[in-house]
Amino acid sequence: MRFESPKTTREAVALLAKEKGSAYVLAGGTDLLVRMKTGLIEPDLVVDIKRISAMQSIKTTASGTRIGAAVSGAELGENKKLKKAWPGVVEATNLIGSDQIQGRCTMVGNLCNASPAADSVPALMAARAKAVVVGKNKRRTVAVEKIITGPGETSLAKGEIIEAIILPRRSTKSGDAFLRFIPRTEMDIAVVSAGISLTLARGVIKSARVALGAVAATPLLVPAAARAIIGTKLDDVALEKLAAACSAACKPIDDKRGTIEYRTKVVGVLACRAAKIAYQRAGDA
Amino acid sequence: MPQDTSYTDQNFKLVGTRPRRPDGVDKVTGRAKFGADATAPGQLVGLILRSPHAHAKIRKIDTSKAEKLAGVKAVVTSADLPDLTDGDRAMLDILENCMARGRALYDGHAVAAVAAINAQTARKALKLIKVDYKVLPHVTDVDEAMKPGAPIVQDWVFTTGVEPKPNKPSNISQRNEFGHGDVEAGFAQADVIVEKSYKTEQTHQGYIEPHACLASVRPDGSGELWVTTQGHFTFRNICSSLLGMDVAKLKVTASEIGGGFGGKTHVWMEPVALALSRKANRPVKVVMSRDEVFRATGPTCSTSIDVKIGVKKNGTITAATAELRYQNGPFPAIWGMLGAMTSFACYDLKNVKSVGYDVLCNRPKVTAYRAPSAPMAAFAVESTMTLVAAEIGMDPVDFRIKNAAKEGTLASYGPTYGPIGIGPTLAAVKNHPHMKAKLGKNQGRGMACGFWFNFGGQTCTDLNIGIDGTVTLTVGTVDVGGSRASLSIIAAEELGIPYDQVQANIADTASLGFNDMTEGSRGTFSSGMATIFAARNAIEVLRERAAQMWDIPVKAVVWENGEARATGKEHGNLPVLSLKEIAAKAPRTGGPIAGHNEVVADNAGVSFASHICDVEVDPETGGTKVIRYTVIQDAGKAIHPDYVEGQFQGGAAQGIGWALNEEYIYGEDGRLQNAGFLDYRIPVCSDLPFIDTEILEIPNPNHPYGVRGVGETSIVPPLAAIGNAVSDAVGVRLNHVPMSPPRILKALDEARGS
Ligand SMILES: Cc1cc2nc3c(=O)[nH]c(=O)nc-3n(C[C@H](O)[C@H](O)[C@H](O)COP(=O)(O)OP(=O)(O)OC[C@H]3O[C@@H](n4cnc5c(N)ncnc54)[C@H](O)[C@@H]3O)c2cc1C
Repeated sequence: MRFESPKTTREAVALLAKEKGSAYVLAGGTDLLVRMKTGLIEPDLVVDIKRISAMQSIKTTASGTRIGAAVSGAELGENKKLKKAWPGVVEATNLIGSDQIQGRCTMVGNLCNASPAADSVPALMAARAKAVVVGKNKRRTVAVEKIITGPGETSLAKGEIIEAIILPRRSTKSGDAFLRFIPRTEMDIAVVSAGISLTLARGVIKSARVALGAVAATPLLVPAAARAIIGTKLDDVALEKLAAACSAACKPIDDKRGTIEYRTKVVGVLACRAAKIAYQRAGDA
Repeated sequence: MPQDTSYTDQNFKLVGTRPRRPDGVDKVTGRAKFGADATAPGQLVGLILRSPHAHAKIRKIDTSKAEKLAGVKAVVTSADLPDLTDGDRAMLDILENCMARGRALYDGHAVAAVAAINAQTARKALKLIKVDYKVLPHVTDVDEAMKPGAPIVQDWVFTTGVEPKPNKPSNISQRNEFGHGDVEAGFAQADVIVEKSYKTEQTHQGYIEPHACLASVRPDGSGELWVTTQGHFTFRNICSSLLGMDVAKLKVTASEIGGGFGGKTHVWMEPVALALSRKANRPVKVVMSRDEVFRATGPTCSTSIDVKIGVKKNGTITAATAELRYQNGPFPAIWGMLGAMTSFACYDLKNVKSVGYDVLCNRPKVTAYRAPSAPMAAFAVESTMTLVAAEIGMDPVDFRIKNAAKEGTLASYGPTYGPIGIGPTLAAVKNHPHMKAKLGKNQGRGMACGFWFNFGGQTCTDLNIGIDGTVTLTVGTVDVGGSRASLSIIAAEELGIPYDQVQANIADTASLGFNDMTEGSRGTFSSGMATIFAARNAIEVLRERAAQMWDIPVKAVVWENGEARATGKEHGNLPVLSLKEIAAKAPRTGGPIAGHNEVVADNAGVSFASHICDVEVDPETGGTKVIRYTVIQDAGKAIHPDYVEGQFQGGAAQGIGWALNEEYIYGEDGRLQNAGFLDYRIPVCSDLPFIDTEILEIPNPNHPYGVRGVGETSIVPPLAAIGNAVSDAVGVRLNHVPMSPPRILKALDEARGS
């Protein structure tokens, strides 16, 4: 196995494109190293992206915030501005693992690992986040929901790297929230999760996005769930419709982490609770 | 000379204090050497190939390609572990569990092993071994395994304990019945009868340190084994017997142990490591992965239990019965029998009957887990007890107090009790402020009781006094929970010297006589007893030496406060001789000063506990959080209260995990789905409240200090205490453990009719 630590995205992309065997990007390594140690993968090349300066910073401009792919969960949590603008996204990312994992893990690693239960992903989808994808000959900006195509599968072509995540500028009177259900208090994988972002006009929900985790083969963006609350003040009827839309949208499996019945039911509960938090935050914003 | 083991009341100087344990700093700084830390020059890496099938005939194992791989030094299969057990079926079971013999009996069963120069080569070699399996029908559920027509796990097993003697093999290996009186007549007298069925899922001890050993067998047939174990003497005897070695020629050294809870009372891959080393003529180290620990070491049973209790309106139990079906894995064992013995041990019952079945399944071989078999039985009985109390409108604590066993009670499993702690723990529950604390919304409170036998067993201890008067205490029971500190306290107490003048060590098997394992809560009880006697023997020598130094008769010398004092009119004016002074003169007064003792520490006092638990249930998700927990248990005498409290808390923590989330999940294919700590959910720190403890001391009449074992009982009540609390919080009774969020939500939805 070869290990490379390039200084630029270009070099990294070139290394990956050239490799004939199996090649992997290493961000925090909290998924990759586990898979290597348990013998699930035996890479021929590992490209560490933590030395690439374009991937290490958080930059806010007029159009939004650009978060480098190598920024750890802990660094994200320490960024007060970002926490204020996108509390749901930051909270979701900070739920990953433990203090030790937070020191290493990244949002992009979470996204590219492509687990249906990835915690930051529904929050990013709800936030209308985009990924900056760099390939050998071109650079494209893609909606986050277009990245994951199946469990462990992404739409990235061989040699493509995500350089950064872009969160849009936060409009006024808007808020987001993310909740997951785990049987323990930490160090667990979501049985179901829900991320919601919404914007108010005079107390009425003007726009909203609802994304669900661990209830289908990929995290799901659910427009019907958003429609259930748009135009409402999140009254009980709206909440009931939200829960019903979420339950209807999910296509979960029975597994060691939860039953179909359980996931279908609890996803609605979490969506309502997250919506209430987002609504409150939007009102305060 | 038989030693007087009876209890005498005395004023202790050190017993009951809380000095620092000798192994503590090493453990928190990472200096301690655990199982995987042993190394030897030229050591190889051993890896084990395991069956992916729950049940399969092994037609052929082709190891030729693996053997040819450069760097591979040995490949072994069952052919390298010939049957030397001479008709001892239980020993053959142990051997067969270590390495399949023609049939894989569960997902994870070892079928072959390799030793190679590094892990990479060993992993490659495993992939080159070709096993030709014929998959057979399997069964993993205890109730399914008992049904007629279920796949038979072992065709040589015929149910014992039933009439007439069966002529067909069965998955039920034995039936055992305990009790007394006439239960039918008892139920006829009852005003109210409650009958309920329960299920509990299989759980693992979940020790943090995986099994690990380093084996080295020499060409002359002698060898050494460094291993994480609860009992290196037993490991030595079993390994030497399975491999045809002489007991004296296999030296086993126990490492520091990162938890065992019963799971390290048994050999799993150690005989295989020895076989690899013998074949390779090099030391071989085998370290299990967590996946292997879950799939191929011994968890505790899954169970299915029916309980029936009849009661008069005034709260007197007129009859109680239980039928307990325990899943043992693929080899016959006694876990259902133990469940039946413990089920009603807390109560004074006129008419009682419990029937235990031991049942084979295609799951890993079950081994002990902290008070083995008692928690499941207690879950069923103590849940039913609370239901009965509710039926007759009686407070559940008062109901238990009314029926509690006491000195003189004929226990449901046979013996008549001496002084016991069940009544006092219940009285302490009644008076505990926890019982009066206010509960919030969706919160509830439950309590439950628990019993464990405790064990004594063979013990052997050496105490040597150094030239400077410091004391080396050498014991043979592995220290799993602070026993070196407790035993040092005992030695210092007897000798009348400060605690830090004693250094306790765990001897290897070549340095001390046989000791039973650290199991059955026996470490401090039995090694404590042997330490007392060894110290007293050393005091005899010290008195003789002092008499010599003074040139007076021994009978005029007494030992007090760590000093020899001459007594009587004639000698009373002699200046005292300290331990240090006598030790310094030892080379000229007869050589080293030592005390030795060997004892079969019988009559370990039985142990009782009562727990109180508050939970909060989220009615929309079924998620449950334990918000307050109190353990009240009889310790006989707490030598080092910190480690007594630690045992109380640890058992409660494990019980909470078992009650709420831990379970082995098998797929239709008979494969374990959650062989890792991500999906086998033991509680993390933030899942638990601070676990409050109260130590009661009702002396064990059969120990000089009154000690009872304390290590196990604390895992017995939590399952039922939590079930009772959940029921109090949200009005649904869970009869299936773990009470995981999906199970609770389902029960709530059924109750709500949604
Ligand atoms: C103990 C523990 C607890 C955990 N708890 C959680 C949890 O609570 N919630 C949760 O969602 N996850 C959890 N995880 C999983 C993991 O921590 C997260 O998915 C994390 O976000 C992964 O980030 P990383 O930077 O470590 O990824 P890495 O392991 O470095 O990479 C993950 C995958 O993404 C690819 N990749 C990484 N960066 C890029 C890039 N820039 N471009 C293209 N591909 C890339 C890698 O090649 C790899 O395939 C846990 C893991 C552990 C070990």
